[in-house]
Amino acid sequence: MTFEGYHRPNGTVGVRNHVLVIPSVMCANHVVDRIGRKLTDAIVVQHPTGCSQVGADFEQTKRTMAGFAANPNVAAVLVVGLGCETNESKALAHEIAARGQRVEVIGIQESDGTTNTIARGIELTSQMLREAERWERRAAGFEHLILGTECGGSDTFSGITANPALGRAADRVVAEGGTVILAEIPELVGAEHLLAERSDDAVARQLYELIARVERRAADMGVDMRYGNPTQGNIAGGLTTIEEKSLGCIYKGGSTRLREVVEYAERPTLRGLVVMDTPGQDIEQLTGMVAGGAQVVVFTTGRGTPTGSPIAPVIKVATNSGIFERMRENLDVNAGTVVDGSKTLDEVGDEIFRWVVEAAGGRKPAAEELEFRDFAINRIGPSF
Amino acid sequence: MALSKDGAVLRLSPRDNIAVALKPLDVAAPIEVDDVSVSASQAIPIGHKVALLEIRQGDLVLKYGQTMGRATVAIAPGEHVHVHNVEGLRGRGDLAAGKATA
Repeated sequence: MTFEGYHRPNGTVGVRNHVLVIPSVMCANHVVDRIGRKLTDAIVVQHPTGCSQVGADFEQTKRTMAGFAANPNVAAVLVVGLGCETNESKALAHEIAARGQRVEVIGIQESDGTTNTIARGIELTSQMLREAERWERRAAGFEHLILGTECGGSDTFSGITANPALGRAADRVVAEGGTVILAEIPELVGAEHLLAERSDDAVARQLYELIARVERRAADMGVDMRYGNPTQGNIAGGLTTIEEKSLGCIYKGGSTRLREVVEYAERPTLRGLVVMDTPGQDIEQLTGMVAGGAQVVVFTTGRGTPTGSPIAPVIKVATNSGIFERMRENLDVNAGTVVDGSKTLDEVGDEIFRWVVEAAGGRKPAAEELEFRDFAINRIGPSF
Repeated sequence: MALSKDGAVLRLSPRDNIAVALKPLDVAAPIEVDDVSVSASQAIPIGHKVALLEIRQGDLVLKYGQTMGRATVAIAPGEHVHVHNVEGLRGRGDLAAGKATA
């Protein structure tokens, strides 16, 4: 089994061929926006981070930007900095280059103002867009594929239809030699023992530590997680406790052995099923997985979440037929057919797997067709 | 996993004391799954849970054969099972806070 992708010089394989313009700091958001308005073929992201950050929080922010920019779905990157930021733009560009990515960097203060920076940015981005045209797709083995899995706007059908169907597709990806990321640690609380049973002791210990961290945070705040997760929408959909949500969530990752636990936005080093430390917040999770190298994401939803990544196709699987019909434009696969009795879990699993292969080959799922470009970095410390 | 004859409710594991309504259940709707036969004592919205067995206050509520929480009050067979009568046991920072001040 193969997919058609862009073979990058560093050995990774992209499924899209984007030119990315990213600010190293929020002060450069205006400049990247102007570059993006002029060059609509370029992908521009904006964010409110990159300054007055310290320690692990700063490291995570920088790792996320570097990983995102070096995702093989990106052919080349322009970093735009201000000049006095914590996340120094040249150091970020150096980090991106060290991952084998083509990168250019400009600064607003160094360029004597925003107008010059925008002009220079348009020049460099235009050149990178022209260069990117020479890339062609070639067959690649699944050992080059990292599939991110996610559920958002869950309901009680998530754990009965869409998540188990996605799990079947995830098992196929692993059987073909690929990697599958299972994330959103708060939504593993209460189900972690089922994953630990399928992992080595060292990996199980890391997993339990991540879960303990989430529960310690709730304890430090003196709150019941249920006030925020399950969300009001989850509760309206019939989910009662975080354990119930988690027990349905873990099906997404399939049934193979858990091989590794990685940090937020960290690239897996092993193939097979991997857990990434992300929050349950949809866009931070999505950004973390894509920064960790995921080229394709499958996202299940019961309430109807339209989210998409700026650089990776996100395939939407509805958990019930009602939402699939009502939000047809935002959804790709209907797993509600399992409850209707018209399809089996295996059949929907096959359908999701085919979508993954086709999306890798260039087919655009709804979120990409509609140009959803959600981007958010998970912060783990305060701004100073 | 067991589906009721009319396809209206699903019991995910034979250990479970609840089932999931795959269709909205009216008051008095019959629920027959495995060897359990009860009727809904109130309307159950689609996707929500209904008690199959007698659940005492403090009993664990089981779904997928796993613990999903604990009953805060006694729940009779046929009753709606949700946030009004079940609490989670995990991520309960509020309980930890209560202990700290006790």
